Amino acid sequence: MKYYDKLVFELSKEGRRGFTLPENPYGRCVKELPEGLRRASAPALPQVSEIDVVRHYTNLSQMNFGVDTGFYPLGSCTMKYNPKINEEVANMPGFQALHPLQPACTVPGAQAVYDGMDKALAAITGMAHFTFLPCAGAHGELTGLMIMRQYHMSRGDLKRTKVIVPDSAHGTNPASAAVCGLEVVEVKSNAMGLVDVEALKPLLGDDIAGIMMTNPNTLGLFEKDIREIAALVHECGGLLYYDGANMNPLLGMVRPGDMGFDIMHLNLHKTFSTPHGGGGPGSGPVGVAAHLAQFLPGTVVSGFHGNFGVILRAYAYILMLGKQHIKLAGKFATLAANYVKESLKDCYKLPIPTVCKHEFVYDGLVNDGADKAPDGHGATTLDVAKRLLDFGFHAPTIYFPLLFHQALMIEPTETESKETIDAFIEVMRRIAAEAAEDPMILREAPHNAPIRRPDETTAARQPILKYQDTL
Amino acid sequence: MATFAYFPHTDEDIRLMLERIGAGSLDDLYSDVPADCLYKGEYDLPDAMSEQEVRAFFEDLDKKNTKLKVFVGAGAYDHYTPSVVPYLTARSEFLTAYTPYQAEISQGTLRYIFEYQSMICELTGMDISNASMYDGPTAAAEAVRMAIACTKKKPRVLLSKGLLPNVLKVIETYSRFHGTPLGYVELENGRTSLECLKKELAAGDVAGVILPAVNRYGIIEDYTGFAEAVHEAKGIVVEYCDPSALAVIKTPGEWDFDVAVGDGQPLGIPLCYGGPYVGFMACRKDYVRKMPGRIVGQTTDAEGKRCYVLTLQAREQHIRREKATSNICSNESLMALFVTIYASLMGPDGLKKVNCLSYGGAHYLHDELLKTGKFEEVFDAPFLKEFVLKPLIPVDKLQQKLLDGGFFAALQTEEGYVSFCVTEKRTKAEIDALVALVKEV
Amino acid sequence: MSKVLEGLLYSESHEWVKVEGDIAVIGVSDFAQKEMGNITYVDLPDVDDEVEAGEDFGALESVKAASDLISPVSGTVTEVNEALEDEPELINQDAYENWIIKVQMSDKSELDALMDAAAYKNATE
Repeated sequence: MKYYDKLVFELSKEGRRGFTLPENPYGRCVKELPEGLRRASAPALPQVSEIDVVRHYTNLSQMNFGVDTGFYPLGSCTMKYNPKINEEVANMPGFQALHPLQPACTVPGAQAVYDGMDKALAAITGMAHFTFLPCAGAHGELTGLMIMRQYHMSRGDLKRTKVIVPDSAHGTNPASAAVCGLEVVEVKSNAMGLVDVEALKPLLGDDIAGIMMTNPNTLGLFEKDIREIAALVHECGGLLYYDGANMNPLLGMVRPGDMGFDIMHLNLHKTFSTPHGGGGPGSGPVGVAAHLAQFLPGTVVSGFHGNFGVILRAYAYILMLGKQHIKLAGKFATLAANYVKESLKDCYKLPIPTVCKHEFVYDGLVNDGADKAPDGHGATTLDVAKRLLDFGFHAPTIYFPLLFHQALMIEPTETESKETIDAFIEVMRRIAAEAAEDPMILREAPHNAPIRRPDETTAARQPILKYQDTL
Repeated sequence: MATFAYFPHTDEDIRLMLERIGAGSLDDLYSDVPADCLYKGEYDLPDAMSEQEVRAFFEDLDKKNTKLKVFVGAGAYDHYTPSVVPYLTARSEFLTAYTPYQAEISQGTLRYIFEYQSMICELTGMDISNASMYDGPTAAAEAVRMAIACTKKKPRVLLSKGLLPNVLKVIETYSRFHGTPLGYVELENGRTSLECLKKELAAGDVAGVILPAVNRYGIIEDYTGFAEAVHEAKGIVVEYCDPSALAVIKTPGEWDFDVAVGDGQPLGIPLCYGGPYVGFMACRKDYVRKMPGRIVGQTTDAEGKRCYVLTLQAREQHIRREKATSNICSNESLMALFVTIYASLMGPDGLKKVNCLSYGGAHYLHDELLKTGKFEEVFDAPFLKEFVLKPLIPVDKLQQKLLDGGFFAALQTEEGYVSFCVTEKRTKAEIDALVALVKEV
Repeated sequence: MSKVLEGLLYSESHEWVKVEGDIAVIGVSDFAQKEMGNITYVDLPDVDDEVEAGEDFGALESVKAASDLISPVSGTVTEVNEALEDEPELINQDAYENWIIKVQMSDKSELDALMDAAAYKNATE
């Protein structure tokens, strides 16, 4: 990857045009508006030609790493291959041209997409029905919690204002609960990294709205006491929320509905192969068991029908998988994760050695080379991550979950070949050897990326947040 | 077994990998899952399709939808998307990347978000923009929480009744659950009433008010005196705006408002049945710590090269957990790229022309419809590309006639008016054809 | 080794208090400053805000972390150190020289629950 140092504003030259519009046939224009309602001066947007724009953004794209560039083992993000037929389907001109408020009689094709997805996701998860309004995972969590609260309120059970969240949960869980007006009660993990059932029991009471769980959890471990947990939570009158961020290894193997969950979301941009787009758009449909289906229509959390374009892509993926291939998706994801886990445990600390699902966590290097560093500081997880970039791999998720200080969370997904994974393993070994020998190589990495490490402290202390701040 | 296009594992690969793990079979990898949790049945899904079957399946669905010439807005505007926009946004380095957490190999994403933030600030007249949100209505709902955070102890937020119905609905849903009491500012002759606002402010409990730049009737609101009144009551003003229109109409910055939110869809994003779109949020410098969502900032790398990073992250959910301003995690990064490329192509002149063409077309349609004698003017007020009329003919007959002629127009409002919208994408010939059909009703 | 200043009182959450009559001058300890690393922002309360012992009155932010500031005493904020708004790094430079807020105490007996320098030194070793 090369370094390219322009902002589109810096290409601007007074009078250039990047697009040609039709002539105005009406003889009328915005000058007719009262002056008090008009903008005083034109916005200082760039003035560039079409080719300037094309080259600029092509150059920018070449400083980016995507799944199509290389292996992307980012834990909890499920960076699987994004099939190209999905893009073609989403870009079909007819779908693209539909106005969201068109009468139902004019959009039976779009309706069929929603119906088909509802049925397919219900089959895959064991839920009864889904709403497609949430635009992302965290948005789904919020929607699901709203449904949880409506259930209790509809029964006149108004004191259930607390929700239990394990200490290993994604940060969005407690944040979503807070936005939904619920108080968060944390439950500890046991030494095996699973929710401690004994610690859970005293928390359960008539003020508990429910529990949010990720299964497998953020350590990649299956919460094997889930049936007992479900029974306990239901007994106290609460509901179970399933955070679908880690659904991938269960695809074709386990259905959240069968584990006892009442409400869940799926991340179509993780489990169902839609591209992440540099941080969105995603889609976070929320599914509920039959007894909660009545609360779906009232939970209006976005402007129209959710991210239809993303839903189309996911539907294309599900149809490609069909009832046959779906049974292998989760298994292969789990195979890949365990294969990496077993291959590197001699050079990276493996705090929890049991079988994992789609991802697992190392707790830093076995030998960080502290004795070889001039200042006595060895290489950290951050340094391993940065060094990986030099070898053409994306880094794993780092410093999450918070249960381990040097967490390095690896999720290879089912779409990577043994050769790709072996190449990654080899590089991870080489990095571990470098650390033991000369940790400075890691601490100063990356050496081959478009930029070296950025100064994040100055970025936060003296924020420059727009082009105009640099003038 | 034969491999599937997305799963590269051959029998030999599987055997070797299991061997390293020390497992006998793929099923052994699920030995930690209780037997009663494993799904043993067949999935109630269609048989796996080939790629050409999938394509045919969707082409068939696509054909079932009626293609219409869109003369409706109401939050989703049929502006033209230049061919450069889908061409560049489809580049897989943009499309298949994750959130730019590893800045060293994400400078493409980070740089266009920085450009996007700069453009949103330029259009709104605000100091700081975030990296984008889900859509306009959710950005407005987030602004409610932000208003409370900015003004501390004040609990209530006021909404103008001129906001689009779907914006009101989403704000109401969010607020109901996080427990924010809402109040409403009535309309007077189709415009948000300053008198009513002042009455509500007098209660002393108002954290903020959300006002539409262009309201549900398409009227460009005159907010003279509004900022003063709200600031005097120690509240903040949030304006819900169409960023395309802000190229020509008075900006939230010029009105002396504090926060601007809205949907970036009119800036080059196809209708696509309502999504994905992109919410934007920008604010005055003083409120940046309370603004939800990711923000990109400029800095230098270890060698002094200019570069970009996610910054001010300590506000966000992955660090603050339940104390964060918002639970938002994903933004709509790719859709922000649509906006950035579109605004680069258009420039100030192009955006002005887009608005002039829309304005010209809308006023031409408005006048021609009145001439048919089948409508009455409701409000005599300035509008840009959207307006309402009072129909003197049965609305269902009118709508059906237009649908049969291939037009989506005359959306009925809650008050029984019909609403029309014209963008630069509509031609004069299309407008004439629509009017000719109306005459036949 | 982090510095512990004699003559101050310390809380378990690493705030220090200097008592000046009915006023409590409050900052964070050198230990806390070191744990946080480069401080990028100090979230300050407003003058006249009420604070309560054991409740947060603000926060310190670094690039990848945030830490609540917990008030060791109850009362009313009389002054905030505005220099920290533009130069949060002052706390990194000298955590004792750069106080954060001053509080008019409503219950001086709350001070009894705090540690003296020797006890705090023990607690952070």
